[in-house]
Amino acid sequence: MPKVLDNVQMSDLIWKMKVEVPRLVAKAKAGQFVILRVNEEGERVPMSIAGLDKEIGALTIVYQVVGKTSALMTTVPAGGELSDCIGPLGMPSHVENWGTACVVGGGIGIAPVYPIAQAYKEAGNKLITIMGSRSKELLFYEEEHKAVADELYVCTDDGSYGHHGFVSDVLKKLLDDGVKIGMIMAIGPVPMMRVVSNLTKSYEVPTWVSLNPLMIDGTGMCGGCRVSIGGETKFACVDGPDFDGHQVDFDLLTKRMNAYHEQEREAMKRFLAAPGCRLAKDVEKFSYPD
Amino acid sequence: MAKKLKPKERMQIPRQKMPEQDPKERSKNFKEVPFGLTEEQALIEAERCLDCPKAPCVKGCPVEVDIPGFIMLIREKDYAAAARKIKETNSLPAVCGRVCPQEEQCEIVCPLHKNYGSVRIGYLERFVADYERDNDLVELPEIAPPTGRKVAIVGSGPAGLTAAGDLIKLGHAVTIFEALHKPGGVLVYGIPEFRLPKSIVQAECDFLADMGVEFQNSTVIGKMDTIDELFEMGYDAIFIGTGAGLPNFMGIPGENLIGIYSANEYLTRSNLMRAFDFPNYDTPIIHGKNVAVLGGGNTAMDAVRTALRLGANNAYIVYRRSEKEMPARDEEIHHAKEEGIQFRLLTAPIKFLGNSDGRVQAMECIRMELGEPDASGRRRPVPIEGSNYTMEVDLVVVGIGNSSNPLIPKTTPGLKCNKWGNIIVDEETMLTSRKGVYAGGDIVTGGATVILAAGAGKKAARAMHKYLMEEVKK
Repeated sequence: MPKVLDNVQMSDLIWKMKVEVPRLVAKAKAGQFVILRVNEEGERVPMSIAGLDKEIGALTIVYQVVGKTSALMTTVPAGGELSDCIGPLGMPSHVENWGTACVVGGGIGIAPVYPIAQAYKEAGNKLITIMGSRSKELLFYEEEHKAVADELYVCTDDGSYGHHGFVSDVLKKLLDDGVKIGMIMAIGPVPMMRVVSNLTKSYEVPTWVSLNPLMIDGTGMCGGCRVSIGGETKFACVDGPDFDGHQVDFDLLTKRMNAYHEQEREAMKRFLAAPGCRLAKDVEKFSYPD
Repeated sequence: MAKKLKPKERMQIPRQKMPEQDPKERSKNFKEVPFGLTEEQALIEAERCLDCPKAPCVKGCPVEVDIPGFIMLIREKDYAAAARKIKETNSLPAVCGRVCPQEEQCEIVCPLHKNYGSVRIGYLERFVADYERDNDLVELPEIAPPTGRKVAIVGSGPAGLTAAGDLIKLGHAVTIFEALHKPGGVLVYGIPEFRLPKSIVQAECDFLADMGVEFQNSTVIGKMDTIDELFEMGYDAIFIGTGAGLPNFMGIPGENLIGIYSANEYLTRSNLMRAFDFPNYDTPIIHGKNVAVLGGGNTAMDAVRTALRLGANNAYIVYRRSEKEMPARDEEIHHAKEEGIQFRLLTAPIKFLGNSDGRVQAMECIRMELGEPDASGRRRPVPIEGSNYTMEVDLVVVGIGNSSNPLIPKTTPGLKCNKWGNIIVDEETMLTSRKGVYAGGDIVTGGATVILAAGAGKKAARAMHKYLMEEVKK
């Protein structure tokens, strides 16, 4: 069973886990994902790859506590084990030298965009990185991004750190200033990817987004991860996870991601109510929108 | 019954009926529907066999089980020997005894079939396999001395498990690679507990493991390692039995609404992930009140009966042809009807309608009539113009079949496939266009049955053994 090398809290609800899976890591490329199962009763959850340490054969994932499974993940100590870590799944991100490339990471998306930033840089691009979160406490990976990017812009929604505003504001300013960008990769919450895609569409800058819908097997067998791209149904697990942001039906994606809203809430309630739950004190943080 | 009976006397013995859970009761639980024959019943049923010299039943069986042979051993009450007799050619008797379409294979050619009803071969097969397992009489077969050859089996469904069983007995080192976290393939993710308890599949896999087969679960070949990399890793021959794992959808408006599942997803959630036991298991599943399952095969029957067990008030089979054309086994259709499944035949959906949350609410259908026979020989359904009507549904399961999953063909240069993406093989040896690479089961045939897949695994194992011993030098 895959060994957890490290599992640390980075900010409020954001955690970073390092898993030892040497065979998987040897094959994995930027932009791919894995499917985890924490224990025998556990769900299969897709997780973007947020770092690959080929030397020690370890994979990094960054996750936000949003429900039972992610809460459960926080309980696995360093030295503990997961039931499964399956992959690498999905197609690697398309990488070439476009001259200047830009990666945009919002919230938890700051993590998976990092290996892609590295790959863009290695391909010879001038790299512009824009990262943002709701507030300063939720920011992470700034040093990592700084080390790779030629230009780094950091922003917070509340202005508590860096530029006051959204990642899309920074991107818009760059485009308005006439900065020529050959390719953009945006990863983050669906509303952010939608805003960025709408913006770059009007500037006619090609934009990839990485989609993370619900899935089970991750090999094309179930079709649960159906997304609509330019009016055509695709399976995010095998055709993606990267898609042309200008073609994605974000409405459908948002709705489908809420398919199990009620069950998820019930599962989380039960989990928090279990005796000795360390997260129980944070119960109000998990109030799902009604 | 030691005395020798005359054939005429045997014909007078009443055909045994398998006891099963009451339909009202079982439609609310996931426990297996038929209980299996009692020992007494099995002995009576075994006496019905005429032990005819031509034994047409053996030829009717895709893996040529010595049917009269094992039935004679039942008469001698040596049930474990009977099970071993089956296992000489069929590694999965407890599975096949439950899910094989015997009525179209071994039983239909039984001389008793026409006037008296055939010998219940499937029931007897299940009886001896269960007897052997429940009484701890399972013995490991003799295993040939190690040959030094290594075989990789990709996919742990019926084809892969059968090939693995045969090859390990011949002394080869065998590793099975499975993409999901549990072995068994369709036996685990597809067929529900009430038709094939998962403990039985696990027992079959444990048996292979005891013989020395190595299982590497959660390993996606085509992603983790390619077929060529398996050769580089030292495997001398490879069997591909990855099944037909790419669900077909209808391609009609509204199909991506929430509450529209492929049968694969619906059944995988319930069977493999045990969503029927949520929240004890973490995977959720939508519980529909008005559930339409599209399709008329065994998978559709499994899905609609699952929906009923998950609390549907109305569970419908929606099928565009008539009952006669349904590919599902008669037994499954019969069980479904007993449980209260409603059949909307000669009906095809044309559009799904949703609410503002994007959840399915209704399905617009059109009535069909049967026209001239089509390429499959079945009468082609033709829409009746103006017959549209709307059904209220809150869950739809699309069970209209699978295409072949391209994961391995795409990553294996030189592996030839037909236009549907099925791997092309030599029918006798199951050899693909690549040296040392064999394939069988649904990835070759498209969606078919467990026993046909097992038969393909068997054929491939035979050819692979020959190849390994004659062409792979050690």
